[in-house]
Amino acid sequence: MLVSLKNAGIFRSKKWLVRGVSMTVEAGEIVTLIGPNGSGKSTTAKLALGVLSADEGHASRKDGLCVSYVPQKIQLSPHLPLSVTRFLRLTFRPDRKAINFALKATGTDHLADEQMASLSGGEFQRVLLARAILSSPELLVLDEPVQGVDFNGELELYKLIEDIRNQLNCGILLISHDLHVVMSTTDRVICLNGHVCCSGTPATVVSSNEFKSLFGHRASSGLAIYEHRHDHKHHLDGSVVGDGTNANNTHTPSKSEVVSKNARTPISSGPINHKAIIHSKVNSDV
Amino acid sequence: MFDDFFTRAVIGGIGVAVIAGPLGCFIIWRKMAYFGDTLSHSALLGVALGLILELNITLAVFIVSSVVALLLVLLQRRANLSSDALLGLLAHSALAIGLVVLAFMTWVRVDLMGFLFGDILSISTFDVALIWGGGLFVLTVLAKIWHPLFAATVSYELATAEGIKSDRINVIFMILMAAVIAMSLKIVGVLLITALLIIPAASARTFAKSPEHMATIAIVIGSAAVCFGLIGSLEFDTPAGPSIVVAALLCFVLSLFRSLNPFRTK
Repeated sequence: MLVSLKNAGIFRSKKWLVRGVSMTVEAGEIVTLIGPNGSGKSTTAKLALGVLSADEGHASRKDGLCVSYVPQKIQLSPHLPLSVTRFLRLTFRPDRKAINFALKATGTDHLADEQMASLSGGEFQRVLLARAILSSPELLVLDEPVQGVDFNGELELYKLIEDIRNQLNCGILLISHDLHVVMSTTDRVICLNGHVCCSGTPATVVSSNEFKSLFGHRASSGLAIYEHRHDHKHHLDGSVVGDGTNANNTHTPSKSEVVSKNARTPISSGPINHKAIIHSKVNSDV
Repeated sequence: MFDDFFTRAVIGGIGVAVIAGPLGCFIIWRKMAYFGDTLSHSALLGVALGLILELNITLAVFIVSSVVALLLVLLQRRANLSSDALLGLLAHSALAIGLVVLAFMTWVRVDLMGFLFGDILSISTFDVALIWGGGLFVLTVLAKIWHPLFAATVSYELATAEGIKSDRINVIFMILMAAVIAMSLKIVGVLLITALLIIPAASARTFAKSPEHMATIAIVIGSAAVCFGLIGSLEFDTPAGPSIVVAALLCFVLSLFRSLNPFRTK
């Protein structure tokens, strides 16, 4: 296990940004966080990375874990003279060969001597990704790594992310909005909205009502193989209507759990990987 | 050669420019100009404290600026007040408190103008030694933390996530800044210290290809500003500290011409 969160929460400005988040990332596994804006995806990633320390619960990482991070946003001062090559050497010292490989892999080899400030949004993201894969990390945390990248590039980069996972057998924690791509490359999906709404293989999550209520029915059409009911609704901020906290709400299966044949078999096996986790108690009402 | 007040001023001034250059670059990259302003304005409190306790003024200013810097870091982490409002409030309050405290001390004769605008022509051989000794120390520490500090400057979150102790590095940087402010006090005074920090760095930007390059150019521009400012002040009988800042500003204006040149390759 590379990273594990146990019932972790972050409290800021008089409210819980996320609360009661439990999850793990294993070696060789791609775990994707999905959820609407402000649902605490980036916060959860920072908890896992140790950039934020949990106000409640625990976050633990393997000792000496080698991490690479693509943050959602980097704001560079226009006064900062920083070439792409120099940026790649920001936190460690890769050799020339590794740099060339990473630039080629992300389609940015023509940008090596450009200034970071002169890159377009999509180019910037590619360079961020190039830097992240350079260090052969054990854990790769990608916060919307392909934002602003053109359509073809997006598919290529997701393919690259998968290749990297296969080559390095590293764990990947991915935050993404591209539901279709996510569903085809991910081993496990965690659906966040201030708390973990549902999690499991892509197929089970896609067909859950919770997912439908967050992303709309069209997002899950064609993959509806599993249904469950949940006994709570969300406010816009993700808190549960009539509850007041984000913790202790239930998602009730309406039928016995059926895992689709379409469901992708996870690369690494852990007991939690193979079926959807419907958190908290299971009610018998149908 | 140290007998000549002008030589001492030049050597002391260049000493300050050498440390202000690289630190000024970081202040610009981190968008901390206002932060530097607040720190330098609080230096007057240090002066008052030094006079009351009969401490070395530079040492007292260093201690007070360090404490204020650390308090600011803590405040910014806790308070919801926006950063620039907080800094604006503190900068001028610190200056006002310093002036009031000094006014209460009727038993000491204080050259207030000297503290506000600097008195570079009156620095002693000891001051020069202090500037160069302290400066060497500051530069050594800065060189040691350069890479992690730079990574944390580009992105605090990225650096922290990848194992850099960003918080510790930031605190060290704050203390270095306090040291530079303490050493610059005699040269340009509390009101103009920030100018000496950021104008050479800002002028260096258009010429620089890498961060280290920019820091080096900032040192050269700062040193040139010290020399030209001192020569100008001698020539036209103007106050030395402000003349140095004006010379630095001229360098900045010249650098603008370069960045505006449409035929510039890069």
